[in-house]
Amino acid sequence: MKLSKELFSFLQSKEIQVDIVRPSTTYWQDAWRRLKQNPVAIASLILIVLIILVAIVGPLFSPYSYSAQNFDSTNQGPSAEHWFGTDGLGRDLFTRVLHGARISLSIGFVASLLTLGVGVLYGGIAGFAGGRVDNIMMRFVDIMYSIPFLLWVIMMMVYLKEILPENAGLISIYIALGLVFWLPMARIVRGQILSLKEQEFILAAHTIGASRWRILIRHLIPNCVGPIIVTATLAIPEAIFTEAFLSFIGLGVSAPKASWGMLASDALTSLKSYPHLLFFPAGAICITLLAFNFLGDGLRDSLDPKMRK
Amino acid sequence: MAQYLHDTPILEVKNLKKYFGQRVSTGKTKHPQDETPDMASGDKPKILPEKQKRLFGAGGGAVKAVDGVSFTIKTGETFGLVGESGCGKTTIGRTLVGLYKPTEGSVIYKGVDLSKATGALRIRNRRQMQMIFQDPYASLNPRMTVGDIVGEPIDIHGLASNKNERQERIQQILDLVGLNPEHINRYPHEFSGGQRQRIGIARALAVEPELIVCDEPVSAVDVSIQAQIINMLERLQNELDLTYMIIAHDLSMIKYVSDRVAVMYLGKIVELVYSENLYANPQHPYTRALLSAVPIADPEVERKRQRIILEGDVPSPINPPSGCYFHTRCSSALPICREIEPEKTDLGDGQWVTCHNL
Repeated sequence: MKLSKELFSFLQSKEIQVDIVRPSTTYWQDAWRRLKQNPVAIASLILIVLIILVAIVGPLFSPYSYSAQNFDSTNQGPSAEHWFGTDGLGRDLFTRVLHGARISLSIGFVASLLTLGVGVLYGGIAGFAGGRVDNIMMRFVDIMYSIPFLLWVIMMMVYLKEILPENAGLISIYIALGLVFWLPMARIVRGQILSLKEQEFILAAHTIGASRWRILIRHLIPNCVGPIIVTATLAIPEAIFTEAFLSFIGLGVSAPKASWGMLASDALTSLKSYPHLLFFPAGAICITLLAFNFLGDGLRDSLDPKMRK
Repeated sequence: MAQYLHDTPILEVKNLKKYFGQRVSTGKTKHPQDETPDMASGDKPKILPEKQKRLFGAGGGAVKAVDGVSFTIKTGETFGLVGESGCGKTTIGRTLVGLYKPTEGSVIYKGVDLSKATGALRIRNRRQMQMIFQDPYASLNPRMTVGDIVGEPIDIHGLASNKNERQERIQQILDLVGLNPEHINRYPHEFSGGQRQRIGIARALAVEPELIVCDEPVSAVDVSIQAQIINMLERLQNELDLTYMIIAHDLSMIKYVSDRVAVMYLGKIVELVYSENLYANPQHPYTRALLSAVPIADPEVERKRQRIILEGDVPSPINPPSGCYFHTRCSSALPICREIEPEKTDLGDGQWVTCHNL
C-alpha cells in the first residue's frame, strides 16, 4: 500500500486536545441518567406512579362508594357497569380495589421508609461505632428478633387498639410494622459497614480530617446502597402481605374499609364460585410488587457508578 | 535530595508502642476509630493496656505490633522504613497520622505532642500530616468522582471560598500529579492503577501538608509505573518542600529515594543508617540478610555471591523471643543475645544499631 504525503498533516494544538470535560453532574443526576437507560425500570416507575395516582384520584371519579351495598347485584362478574364485578354484598369491586390501593400502598411506603430511615441509621451507627455501642445496639435488635415477628405485631395491634381511638386501625398498623420492619435492614447495613470501615478509603477519610458523621454519610452508607435498596424494596410487599394476614385474622383495617390483602382473603371463602373476586385484588398486588422489584433492581444498578456506560 | 536536608526535626517519635488486642474468634473486629485520639483523653496514656487486659484476659495476648520505637524525621528529608511483612511498618505509619492511638510513647510534631494536642491545634497538625495508601484500588471511594475525592479535604478544611475556586484548586492539584484536569468528573474505576495512585497522592496534597507518610506507595502498581510514581514524588518534594516517610519492603527502591533508612524487625528498629552507607556498611545481621536478598542485575556477580539465608519464620509478635528479638534466626548470635536486649549503639555518621555482636 502506498501512502502519499498529502494524506498527512500536522494537528493544530487545539485538535490534539481530544479529551472533553464531562459535564459536571451530581451523584443523583448521574444515577437518574443511568436509570433512564433501563426501560424495564422506567416502565415500572411509570406504572407505580400511575397506580399511586389512580389510588389517590380514582375513587373520586367512581360512581360507586366503596361501602355502598346493593343486594340486587351481588357476586356479578365483570361488566360494563362494574368493571371488576361485585362482591357478596353487591359492592363494586373496582372501587374497593382502588380504595384498597390507598391503604396497602401507604402501609408499604411507611414500612419501607421506616426501614430506610431507622434501619440504615441504626445499623450504620452500630457498625461504625463498634465496640460496646455496637454490642448493646445489636443485642437490642436480637431481642426484638427473638420474638416471632407476627406475634410481636399482633401484640402491638391488640395493645394499640386499647389505647388508640376506635378508627385508628391504620395508625396502629403503621406503628406495629414500624417497630419491627427496620430490624433486618439494621443488621444488613451493620454487616456491610463492618466490612467497609476497615478499607483504606475510610482510613484516608480519617486522615484528611473528615468527621465521623461525614464518613458515615458520605463514604460508608453510599457504598451499601445495593443491599439497602434491595431490602427496602422487599419491605414493601412484605408489609402488604403482613397487613393482609392481619386483616385475615381480624386485626387489620376494619370493615367496610378494604385493603388488597383483606379483599383477597375475603374472596377465598367463595373462590370456587366467584374466582374473579380473588383475581383482581391479587392481580393488583402482583403487578405492584413486580413493579417495585424491577424498579429496585434498576435503582441498585443505576446507583453504582461502575455500571456507567 | 540531600541538599534539602535541614537539621530541624519535623517529627520525633519517642519509645512508641502499639499493641493490638488479639482478634477473638467471635467475629469481633478491631475498630481503628477506637484508637483515634478523638475518643481517648490525652492525659491517660495507660488506658489501653488496662482495657486489653479486661477484654482479652489477663496475661497479655496482645500483638506487639510496634514495641518501643524511637526516631526523628528531619525537615525536608525522605525517611525510609523497611522490614518484612508484619514487622509493624504500616502500624507506625498509621499511628503517626493519628489513625491509631499509641499504646505508649509519644509522637511529637514540630514540638507538639500529638496525643496531648486538642482543638484547632490538633486539626492543624492532622492537616499537615497526610498519608498515601498502599492499595490504589481500595483507597478511593468508588462512589465519588475524582473531583469530589480531591475536593473533600478542601471542603473539610474550608480551603476554598467558593465553587469556582474549589474547582480551580482541584484542577491545579490534578495537574500537579500528572493527571488530566479534565478527568475531574470521572469515577475511580475508570482509571488504571497508576492513575489511581496519583489520585490518592492528589488527595493527600489537597490540604497542603508538610509531612506525607507513604505506605508502600508503589508496591501495588506495575514496575513500569513504579518509577513514574517515585520520580513524581521526588519532583513534588522539591516543588512543595515536603518531608516524606516512605514505608516499603523493597530495599532497592528505598535506597534510591531515601536519605536515611530505618530497618525494622518484629516491632523494633534494628538499624538506622544514611542510605549511601546502607549497602556499603550494613552492621546488623538482619540488615545484611535483607540486603543479600536483593537480586543484582549482573549474572556474573549474582552467581558468585554468597547469600545469607535466614532460617525459620518470624516469631510471633504476641510472644516475642527473650533478649534480642532476632537471636532465633541470627547466624552470629552470642549467648548474651538470648538473655539481654541489646542497647542502641551509635556508630557515628548517623548510624545506630541494636546488636551485641559488633
